[in-house]
Amino acid sequence: MAIFRTILRKVIPFALVAALPIYSSLVFAQAPKRGGTLVVGSTQALRHLNGAVQSGLATAVPGTQIFASPLRFDDKWNAQPYLAEKWALAADGKSLTLNLRKGAVFHDGKPITSEDVAFSIMAIKANHPFTTMMGPVEKVETPDPHTAIIRMSVPHPAIILAMSPALCPILPKHIYGDGTDLKIHPRNSVDVVGSGPFRLTEFKAGQRVVLERFDKYFLAGKPYLDKIIININPDSSNLMLGLERGEIQMIPYATNSTELKRFASNPTLNLTNKGFEGIGALNWLAFNTAKKPMSDVNVRKAIAMTIDKNFISKALHGGFSQPADGPIVASSPFAVPDVIRYPLDLKKSAELLDAAGYKAGANGERFKLTIDYLPGQDEQQKNVAEYVRAQLKKVGVTVEVRASADFPAWAKRMATRDFDMSMDAVFNWGDPIIGVHRTYLSTNIRPIVWTNTQSYTNPKVDDLLNTAGGLLDPTKRKAYYATFQKIVTDELPIHFINGTPYHTVSNKKVLNVPTTIWGPVSPYDEVSFK
Amino acid sequence: MGTLRYLISRLFQGAALVLAVVVLNFALVHAAPGDPVETIAGASGGMSEELQAELRSRYGLDKPLPVQLGIYLRQVVSGDLGYSYFFNLPVSDMIADRVPATLLLVVTSVLAAFLIGTTLGVLSARRPNGLLSQSINVLSLVGFAAPVFWMGLLLIIFLASWVPIFPVSGMRGIESTGKGWGDVLDVVHHLVLPSLTLGLVYLAQYSRLSRAAMLDVLGADYIRTARAKGLSEGVVLYKHALRNAVLPVVTVLGLQFGNVMAGAIVVETVFNWPGLGRLAFESVLRRDYPTLLGVLFFSSLVVVVMNQVTDLCYRLIDPRIKTS
Repeated sequence: MAIFRTILRKVIPFALVAALPIYSSLVFAQAPKRGGTLVVGSTQALRHLNGAVQSGLATAVPGTQIFASPLRFDDKWNAQPYLAEKWALAADGKSLTLNLRKGAVFHDGKPITSEDVAFSIMAIKANHPFTTMMGPVEKVETPDPHTAIIRMSVPHPAIILAMSPALCPILPKHIYGDGTDLKIHPRNSVDVVGSGPFRLTEFKAGQRVVLERFDKYFLAGKPYLDKIIININPDSSNLMLGLERGEIQMIPYATNSTELKRFASNPTLNLTNKGFEGIGALNWLAFNTAKKPMSDVNVRKAIAMTIDKNFISKALHGGFSQPADGPIVASSPFAVPDVIRYPLDLKKSAELLDAAGYKAGANGERFKLTIDYLPGQDEQQKNVAEYVRAQLKKVGVTVEVRASADFPAWAKRMATRDFDMSMDAVFNWGDPIIGVHRTYLSTNIRPIVWTNTQSYTNPKVDDLLNTAGGLLDPTKRKAYYATFQKIVTDELPIHFINGTPYHTVSNKKVLNVPTTIWGPVSPYDEVSFK
Repeated sequence: MGTLRYLISRLFQGAALVLAVVVLNFALVHAAPGDPVETIAGASGGMSEELQAELRSRYGLDKPLPVQLGIYLRQVVSGDLGYSYFFNLPVSDMIADRVPATLLLVVTSVLAAFLIGTTLGVLSARRPNGLLSQSINVLSLVGFAAPVFWMGLLLIIFLASWVPIFPVSGMRGIESTGKGWGDVLDVVHHLVLPSLTLGLVYLAQYSRLSRAAMLDVLGADYIRTARAKGLSEGVVLYKHALRNAVLPVVTVLGLQFGNVMAGAIVVETVFNWPGLGRLAFESVLRRDYPTLLGVLFFSSLVVVVMNQVTDLCYRLIDPRIKTS
């Protein structure tokens, strides 16, 4: 059997790769057309364009056009050359050697050297909000202008994904290394210089970003577009109208089912849910396990049994979302199907609550709970919270749905543990080290949103995660994550509801909409107009 | 002399008022739950404790509130509105960038509302029970009662979506370069719906007010005298009656400038108009204290100045009003 698997894994891809030139010469006999302006609609205002100190999708969409990174990824989690032509992770997993492309230049014409790579990686380590990503990096050696060796204190396989466009923008040292604190560097929003396919020509805070084709881009002949305009409008229905009127050609990260349905029925538009595997967004119900009665695992299980995820996906999300059952998104190579599931069972739920000592009182009520939700994403968050309230009513639990005026108000409640249950939306961010560990490590119980605000503590889970984070062999690593996924779904600090149904909607005239694992937060150097 | 002393005393009153507004705003803004660092962490998809602490200390958020207020007041007095926490840009630059858009919107709507509203009011006062008067009444009531945001959305649905003659939102076309006469036309095209939305509310008020005032004045003895002198109806209406009837309208116009700014927040949000109102609204959501306080400070300054100007206008329209 093993030999068959080997054939499947190793030989067939080679055969495909060998056949690719013939195939592609047939399909792409004509080179993509040059020219055109792509208008991208976005509801999120970005702070600035420097992804080395600012994470998040809002900065990453334009950021990955302006800044190139050592590696990029295809749609199957395989690393591809970008600024680095070749790369090698040492056998001990403690160093990554990058061989940089020769002749690549920044937007100001200066060459890109290993010095810039070293500067950028250390800057990211010092400033980027995701501290686990470059955490083990000790130094970056630069034996020659085109070789950078990243040295790490412990084996750190996540370093490969950390080289992605959205996570590792290479900054020109001669501009950003002037000693000014990078977090408030004026060149983060004005005269931004990178080496990506597009250069910045205008940034109006909260309004728009205008990018123009960089003629000396290191991948000759690309990009195909002349210009990209990111049009920021906090009202998604305005963006929708713009797309329908042809003023906007692409909207990434659309989730609203009413809008998606309307888009899907429009013959001038395309809809894809590919390109979101990397960020791995999950919609979930978090429990405050430090608080009674949520501290009782059986209460959490009883709550889970009242929730019909299929109903949520089909009825509340119009069939656009997929139920999720574990802490790692299904599209990740580390996800396993073997997790504990909680099918809808109101009778069993009531029995569990009885057994836990929460018998119904004279008025049929067992106890009262509150549920919070992240404001601004009603369909994914508020509506599910309302549904949970209605379902729990059926087993005698009275739930009060608490609205938060805005994000900071909600974040404050999470940070100060002022909640019983809350809906939440959290990203995996590619490697579990970056986006998954933070939610379950007992060492990450902090008064900050998107840490382990559930106060979940299990030394075995800590061990599993800490070990898995340093394993180079993907199969072994996956085995550790498999055990982790089973424990977490059994102990249920979080009940996973669904994968956030992100879609990229685009005008049919737009070709090669980005659908790699990082999708809209990767360079648009292959996008063109028909 | 009286006028000068009057002006100076008004100036001091105005300054004290602005100061009080700043202190009050500061207290209000900080009463909202959550702080800017949490917003930045949110926009970042998570952030470590150390980084949050570092940001808090950089922005001075770790100091006691009275100390923060002291620092802010000293800054404002020296003419420095600080840096936006969210965008890292000077607040004064951000305000300067947004003022023209708001000014254009507010001035266009208020002027249009004032001119059209007063005219309608006068027309309807001529025959208070006529058909024209009744229709103007109904129109005014609808304009007055309908919520601004709802009007805006309706206009978008009818005139931008169903019959797409006007743009949905923004101040310029998406691909605009912002240069030349084409740009002026583009901005005017974008201005129609938002200024109509904002103007309708005030149009209603001005027409009601001027109608009532005209009816009042038209019954006065001096109008009878004017008519008895054999003056034409136009001269009686517009020279004798309107000049007196317009006073309350001017009062309201001046007083309302603050209200118009508030209405502009809603209209700018509905139409994605890149003005001060939207900046203020979004700054609240981001807990971007310096930007929000800066906008509020600027608006209070405008309102105080506008009130002084109204007072001066009074004296021009009705010379009987002196420093009383």
